[in-house]
Amino acid sequence: MSFVTGMKCRECGEAYAVGAHHVCEFCFGPLEVQYDYDSVARTMTRAVIEARPRNIWRYRELLPIEREPQIGLYSGFTPLVRAERLGAALGVKELYVKDDSVNHPTFSYKDRVVSVAISKAIEFGFDTVSCASTGNLANSVAAHAARAGLRCFIFIPDNLEQGKVIGSTIYRPIPVAIKGNYDDVNRLCTEIADKYRWAFVNINLRPFYTEGAKTYGFEIAEQLGWKLPQHIVVPTAGGTILPKVGRAFEELIRIGLVADTPSRIYSAQAAGSAPVVNAIHRESDLIEPVKPDTIAKSIAIGNPADGYYVLKAVRKSGGWGEKATDAEIVAGIKLLAETEGIFTEPAGGTTVAVTKKLIEQGRIPRDESIVISVTGNGYKTIEAVLDSVVKPHVIGARLGEFEELYESLDATQRASGIAG
Amino acid sequence: MAVQVRIPTPLRKFTGGQESVEAAGNTIGAVLADLEKNHPGLRDRICDADGSVRRFVNLYVNGDDIRFLDNLSSAVKDGDEISIVPAIAGGV
Repeated sequence: MSFVTGMKCRECGEAYAVGAHHVCEFCFGPLEVQYDYDSVARTMTRAVIEARPRNIWRYRELLPIEREPQIGLYSGFTPLVRAERLGAALGVKELYVKDDSVNHPTFSYKDRVVSVAISKAIEFGFDTVSCASTGNLANSVAAHAARAGLRCFIFIPDNLEQGKVIGSTIYRPIPVAIKGNYDDVNRLCTEIADKYRWAFVNINLRPFYTEGAKTYGFEIAEQLGWKLPQHIVVPTAGGTILPKVGRAFEELIRIGLVADTPSRIYSAQAAGSAPVVNAIHRESDLIEPVKPDTIAKSIAIGNPADGYYVLKAVRKSGGWGEKATDAEIVAGIKLLAETEGIFTEPAGGTTVAVTKKLIEQGRIPRDESIVISVTGNGYKTIEAVLDSVVKPHVIGARLGEFEELYESLDATQRASGIAG
Repeated sequence: MAVQVRIPTPLRKFTGGQESVEAAGNTIGAVLADLEKNHPGLRDRICDADGSVRRFVNLYVNGDDIRFLDNLSSAVKDGDEISIVPAIAGGV
C-alpha cells in the first residue's frame, strides 16, 4: 500500500486516477502524483527513515509505488561530499558536492527515476520498457530492464559519446539512434508511445519517473543533518530534477522533518543550450526554444518540457540561473577532478562553472552552505576532455629513464606532483 | 490545400478515434480553424482562450517546431504533415 491519493494536472488541477497517463486531457499540462501528507507525517519519521537500508526506498512513503520494491535496491544514497579544496578554490566556506556520478548501477541520477518508473511499469503489468534519452537515461533503463527481465527499446540521438552508447548496448536492448538532436528523438518517441503501448519511462510513466528525482533532494537534507542547504545549483535539461528538488524540500518541511529555512535553487545550463536561463535573465515566463550546440550533450535540450516549472521553482526560492561556455564547462570538469577527485560529465562541469560564476557575481554569498549537484559520470564522456588533459610520459621500463624524466620536470611539478 | 494532421491519443475523442485527419488552410492558424470546424472542441485543447498555443503543446510542420518558423502564421502547403505533440521530460 502507499500514501498516494491520485494524480492531478499541474496546470488546471483536473484530478485523475492513478494510471499510465501523463498529460491532462483538457490542457496538456503534466500530471503529478498526490499524497496524503498527514498520514505520511505520522509514519515517516526521521528514526524510521534512518533505520532503513541506504537506498532510494528509505523515502518510500513519498514515492508512488504500491508493492514492495523489487529493483533499485542499491540505487541512491550517494555521497554528499564536503568539498574543502573546491571550496577554497572558489573562496567559499561551506561547500558540498552531491555525487550521483557513483549512483548504482549506471553512474547517474537517472538510476533514481528509473528505479521508480520500472517498479511502476511492473505494477502496471507492462512487459516492455522504453525511453527517449540523451544517454544516461537509456543506460539506466537498459540496465534495470536487463535485471528485471523486461523487453527494452531505447531511443537516442545519433551523435552521442561512445561511452553513453556502449553504456546502453552492453545490456543488449534494441537500440535506435535517431538522425537529429534530442528534441527530434523526443518528438518521435511521443508518437511511438502513442502507437505502441509500452512503458516509456519518461513519457507515459513520467509522473512516476519524476517522483524518483525527489530522492536526490531528500538525501541532501538528511545528509546535512536534516537541514536544507542555503543554496543549491542544479543542471537543467528537460527540467525534471530542479523542480523536484524544490518539491522534495517542500515535502520535508510539510511533514515536519526539516525546519522551513530559506533554500535558494539555481539553474545551470550550457551557453549553447540555455532556453531556461535565458528566460530567467529576461525575467519572462516564456521559454523560447533553441537549437542546441554544446559539448554538454546530456543537457542539450532546446525545448525543455518542464522548463516553465524550473522558472517557477527558481523564482519561488529566490534563486537565479547562469550559463557556461564549452571552455568553461571543460574547466569546471577539471577543477572538480583536481580538487575533489570526482570525475563528472559535462553537465557536472556546467554546474561547477555556473556555481563559480554565481559566487563571483555575488549572487551566492561566500559564507553560507552551498550544494553543487553532480548528476553524471565523466568516464562516459571522455571525448569532452580528450584534448585538454595531460598525456602520459612514455618511457622504457628502466630506472634510468624515469630518473631522466624526473630531472626534466620543472621545480613546481616536482614539488606539487601536479602535471604542468 | 490539404494537409495531414497527426492527432495524439488525448485528442482522438474529437476525431472519432482517427490518428490522422485531413485539414485545409495556408497557415497553421487556418488549419487549426478548419480542424475546429470539422472537429468542434479540438482547437480549445490546443490553444488558450487568447488564441495562442498552450504552453505544453508543441506543433510541428514536417518535423519543424513552428516556433522556429512563424508560429501560428507558419505557411503550410499541400501534402505537409502537421504533428500535435505534448511536451515530454528528459536529459541530464
